[in-house]
Amino acid sequence: MSAGENGDPDGRINGIKSALRVIPNFPKPGIMFQDITTLLLDPKAFKDTIDLFVEHYKHESISVIAGIEARGFIFGPSIALAIGAKFVPLRKPKKLPGEVISEKYILEYGSDCLEMHVGAVKSGDRALVVDDLIATGGTICAAINLLERAGAEVVGCASVIEVPDLKGRERLKSHGKELYVLVESQFEPTTQ
Amino acid sequence: MFAEENGLHGDPRIKAISDAIRVVPHFPKPGIMFQDITTLLLDQKAFKYTVDIFVDRYTDKKISVVAGVEARGFIFGPPIALAIGAKFVPLRKPKKLPGEVISESYVLEYGTDCLEMHVGAVQPGESVLIVDDLVATGGTLSAAIRLLERVGADVVECACVIGLPQVKGNWRLNGVPLYVLVEPRLTDLVLFRM
Repeated sequence: MSAGENGDPDGRINGIKSALRVIPNFPKPGIMFQDITTLLLDPKAFKDTIDLFVEHYKHESISVIAGIEARGFIFGPSIALAIGAKFVPLRKPKKLPGEVISEKYILEYGSDCLEMHVGAVKSGDRALVVDDLIATGGTICAAINLLERAGAEVVGCASVIEVPDLKGRERLKSHGKELYVLVESQFEPTTQ
Repeated sequence: MFAEENGLHGDPRIKAISDAIRVVPHFPKPGIMFQDITTLLLDQKAFKYTVDIFVDRYTDKKISVVAGVEARGFIFGPPIALAIGAKFVPLRKPKKLPGEVISESYVLEYGTDCLEMHVGAVQPGESVLIVDDLVATGGTLSAAIRLLERVGADVVECACVIGLPQVKGNWRLNGVPLYVLVEPRLTDLVLFRM
């Protein structure tokens, strides 16, 4: 579900939405890039973002927050600290120093790969995947696969923003996974 | 300075943090004993101690910006920023930040690299804390300091979890103090704690 479906009685969602910035034609023509760095410049909105995720998941007995490099690293650890979970970074190839497992995923052109440390996660762990944005869901699905291969149960996925037209939510649903999102992507460049 | 020499001598949290860090030999190349903080992140207590020690030090110091160096600075910086009510500013490798940026290059053992920051993220006169997981030669942190000083910010301190021996005795980088929690270990004490 998206957080706004419950109404926004205290205005936190609106504050978060207003703090985001759209950069047209980045990284290439036609893409309206949803930039979260301006959210991070607004301490109240950034705190509200973390608080909303924590409120949604704190009673789910989550033992692992898996954050996708690099913007998932900005949100995941604070959630992990607040709910008493481990934080596990999921990284691009060759960054993690120990023994890893890898999961390949398809991009628009070509493929990429996500890695996780062997032993970071084990059977019985209940995991939440965190990233700043979900588009097609390809990266998040690779993350889910990594965690499930290591024996964890993936309880859900959370991101600040979703791009509805790219159908990431449907893709996750077809894998039986819940998606929790705070705002939908915006198309008009905002003034920041 | 090391935290132990600056009021935290005998603090059991420092040992817990040090013990939670894993040493991976010969990564990324032979001879390097890589100090792996991912095991610290698996230890909820030790990770919390890490953040708490930094937060205690920087609360009420009028720091309005925490700048984190990609990517492991993104793990430690935001929790500190949130706790002290500061903005978080990511300092990134080239071409990652989508808006207008300023760039600063720095020298590596072989070749150069580059750090970027968004134009407008930091205003002149703001007090800034720079955060990364580890400081070795100080090359990356020095580039970060230069980026922030170019926009007129006042870099108050650089904070790292781990400080390599090269920095001992050289507690200032470009005149900016360095604050470090632990030294690196040479051998592994513990593999993944389950």
